[in-house]
Order: sequence, then C-alpha cells, then structure tokens
Amino acid sequence: MRSNPKSEIQNPPLNMEVYLDHVSTTPLHPEVLEAILPYLRHNFGNPSNLHHVGAAARKGISAARDQVAAFIGSKPDEIIFTSNGTEANNLALKGIAFARQDKGKHLIVSSIEHFSVLHTARTLEKWGFKVTYLPVDGYGLVNPQDVKEAITDQTILVSVQLANQEVGTLQPIAEIAEIIRAQSAIYFHTDAVAAAGAVELDVEKLGVDLLSLSGQQFYGPKGTGALFVRQGVRIIPLFDGGIQERGRRAGTENVAGIVGLGKAAEIAKQETGNWAEHTLRLRERLFAGLKQRIDHLYLNGHPEIRLPGNLNLSVKFVEGESLLILLDMEGIAASSGSACTSQALKSSHVLKAMGVDAVQAQGSLLFSLGRENTEAEIDYVLKKLPPIVERLRGMSPLYSSELR
Amino acid sequence: MKLERGIGMFDYSQKVMEHFANPRNVGEIKNPDGVGTVGNPVCGDVMSFYIKVDNGRLSDVKFKTFGCGAAIAVSSIVSEMAKGKTLQEAMTITNKMVAAELGGLPPNKLHCSNLGADALHKAIEDYQQKSAECHCPYCDGRISDEAPFCQACGKDLVDRGS
Repeated sequence: MRSNPKSEIQNPPLNMEVYLDHVSTTPLHPEVLEAILPYLRHNFGNPSNLHHVGAAARKGISAARDQVAAFIGSKPDEIIFTSNGTEANNLALKGIAFARQDKGKHLIVSSIEHFSVLHTARTLEKWGFKVTYLPVDGYGLVNPQDVKEAITDQTILVSVQLANQEVGTLQPIAEIAEIIRAQSAIYFHTDAVAAAGAVELDVEKLGVDLLSLSGQQFYGPKGTGALFVRQGVRIIPLFDGGIQERGRRAGTENVAGIVGLGKAAEIAKQETGNWAEHTLRLRERLFAGLKQRIDHLYLNGHPEIRLPGNLNLSVKFVEGESLLILLDMEGIAASSGSACTSQALKSSHVLKAMGVDAVQAQGSLLFSLGRENTEAEIDYVLKKLPPIVERLRGMSPLYSSELR
Repeated sequence: MKLERGIGMFDYSQKVMEHFANPRNVGEIKNPDGVGTVGNPVCGDVMSFYIKVDNGRLSDVKFKTFGCGAAIAVSSIVSEMAKGKTLQEAMTITNKMVAAELGGLPPNKLHCSNLGADALHKAIEDYQQKSAECHCPYCDGRISDEAPFCQACGKDLVDRGS
C-alpha cells in the first residue's frame, strides 16, 4: 500500500505556529487594520449626527457600503450592516417570516445549515411556523428536486447555504434559485458566510434575494456582518430603535468595524481568485501527503465541489479532540466535528446528516486553509500528524479489534 | 504574545494534561485474568481495561482507550490507582475519587471519569465471574472453561447427561 515513495517534504523548521482553522475565524488583513485605526482614533463621530464629526463617520460607512455591494454585485442600498453572520442569518429568517406570515408560515432550510440558521428555524417553529429540513446526500449536497417537492402554497422562504462551514460542500444555489424563481411568492436566502473570500459572490448569478456575510471569515474584523436584501423585499427588523440602516437595524453603527468590513470586502473582491488558487494548491499537497502517510484516512464531503481551502478528514479509530490537543502541542491549530470537542458533547450535525458513521465522525479533523499559509507549514503538518495518529491508534481498542 | 499550547481546549488541569501527554499502563495484557470494556463510539469514548490478578491483588492493569483528552487521562490515572490494590479495594474506587485525583475535570467531561471506574470494575467482575465458574467440582482446582477434564485431579468434566 505504501510502495510508492513518499512525496518529498522539504525540511520545515522544527517548531512552527500553524493556523489551519480559518473556518472559525481569519486573522485581520494588515490593510484592514490600517483602514480601521483612524475610526478608533479620530473619527469617533456618530454617523447620525449632521455636524462634521458625524459626517466623517457617515462617509466611512457609506464607502464601506459601496465596497460590500461591489463585492457581491448588489446595489449599496441593498446592504444592511449587522454585528456578525449570526445576526444576518437571524434577520433574514425572522425578518422575512414576520414580514410575510400573512402569506404563509412555511420555511425550507437544509439540514446542514450553520446553527444560526437551524436554531433560528427551530425558534420560528416554536412561534407557530412550519419548517422543512432538507436532507443531503453523502457528500453533503442538497438535491434541488427536494426543494421543489418541499414547496407548498404556504412557503415563504427557502434558505440554503452557499458553502458548508464544516465539509466545505458547495450547494447548487443557482439551480435551486431557478426552481424558486418559478414561484414568485417565495424568497431565497443563502448563508454565504463560509464561502466569502473563497468563491466568487454575485447575487445576480446566484439568483438570491437575501445573502449573509461575516467580516471575520474573510480577513475582516470580528463583530461585523452584512445582510443583502434585494430591493423591494420587506423585512421586519430584529431591534427597534432609531432609523439606522434605513430603519432595518437600529442602534449606533459599529463604525470602525463597518469600515474594516468594507476594506476586507474590497480586498476580497480583488483577491478571491488568488486565495482560492493558493489554498487549493496547499490543500492538495496536504491531502496527498497525508494519504501517503496515514491509512484508514477518509475525506468527508465532496472531492471537488468544495471550498478550495477545506480539508475535512476522518482519521478512523482515533478521537478528534485527542488529535487536536496533540496537534496543538506542536503548534498546529485545527478543528474537529467530534462530540468531545463540542461543549454540548454532540458530534457534528453535518456529518450525521451526511450519514457518516459514528466512529468516523469522532475522528473527524478539519483543516481550513487561508491566504497566509505556506508550503513549509503544510510540510510541518505532514511531519507532525502521522506520529500523532500512530500514537493514538496504539492506544485505541477500536484499531486493534478492527485489524484482528 | 506567547500562546500556551495544548491546554486551551477545555481548560484541563495540569495533571490531566500530564496524564494525557504521558499516559501510564497503555496496552493490552496477554491472557488477562479479566477484561472490561465500556462506552460507545457514538457517545465519544470506548475504554477497555485488562487486569492480572495475583493473590487477590491487581498485579497488573493495562488499558486501551478511544476518546478525548479527559478519557485518556482518566484511564491512565485509574490504572495507576488500581495497580497493587486488592480487588475489594479496587472496587471501592469511585468516579469522584478519579476526578479528584486528576485535580478536577471540566463539568461536561465528568462522564469520562464514570467510564474509567466502570471499565475497571467490569474487568474485575469479569475475573470474578470467570473464576467463580471455573473450579473443578471434585478438587476445587481452577480449570479453563472448555476443558474436557480437570488438569489438577484428572477427573472427566464432560457432561454426559447422567
């Protein structure tokens, strides 16, 4: 099985700090930091004020709105700034549900959405709405035909993510949009949080009415997000108060954060293609290298229709948290869908919906790559992970019984 | 800023991390006197304990564990606590004692310590059951389960339905 000579690893430094958890959050882009600083230092004004101090802040927000709109191919007025991706998803689902409940009380979401969509859907169920949770196949793909069949005359909103946060699977959004477009009364929302900065975003090509973004996912600041709401789509705000964001999101704006989000969007619009190419190349190096060095290694998600920087593996017979701690001791930060790594001690709902068996889910290991990762870092992981796996398998009762 | 590695995950105590990093008594015992396996990969952990008994004492204790950092640390400390103890003493090891010995466990990881004591107790019960069943009815010598005759006194042990 290992007759092929192992791929050449250049000798990486003995000790590195390697961040491979970009799906959790990304480091701030240095240019974003520079853009933010003046709004923390001097431009402290409240954008709602008419005087020149307020005007400076207002200008920053206005520029950011243009940048975010350009990033996703929308009009500036179609952007609502939020405090993060979670708020954007809450606003999309609750805002549309409340605005349209007289038309119907049925929503359709995929079963592998981020919790900010799934738990919002559960809350809406408690409030009298009906929700259909779409199944996915073994790769994590939604079948557009299932969307078609789930639609009733009560359906007001369909929400399917653009990319999955764990396995990286990209959904056929444009195809689903076509089905929904045939039913004029239904709006279509996509959570693009995990996709932003990794795949091109264009609300026209995608054919969506609402789209969620999170700044921290593409080298912007935490505490920032945006919801695209197509012109003419009415939405009920989550917060009542002033008329910020044209009455759709009350509260004094996080000016510095919004400016940072705008700058991050501007950079991402330029760089998405380069980042995708870079992370895909590193991912392939990582995957090929690990396959050569570790047996019983499985890829979770689709082999091709996935985020370029996403490598979700299952290292069978070992548990994810143990892997993560030993990797962490070597300076490598990664993630896992194992039950033990979640505070609730439940294994990943995504892997479960895909039908991944329990042992495999427990050994899931997620590397998500970013723009700043290097070949030397990948080689460092290729050197460090195999002995960690060997060590944990050596103490695993499942490994020995399987091989007996 | 220097980041501290390995301990961020669940705020494990120093002792948990020490046992996780250098677990004691890992492995299997050839021809063990008792084996106990508890847990289920669906819930996260599987622990197997292997024991060797000499004169009513645990002369050797080994384990194999599939699980998180806490599960591995718990297995390690249980094996240390149990080794050399009489079976009776080992049966009194409680989950609370295991957690305390490790300097505490995060609340949502306490179930791991339950598994550790459970697996050890199960191995002891396995031994007791085996040894209870495997005594020759004629000479009271120890015999193996499938033996057709007693190796100690030579008496025939096959049931002929008399």
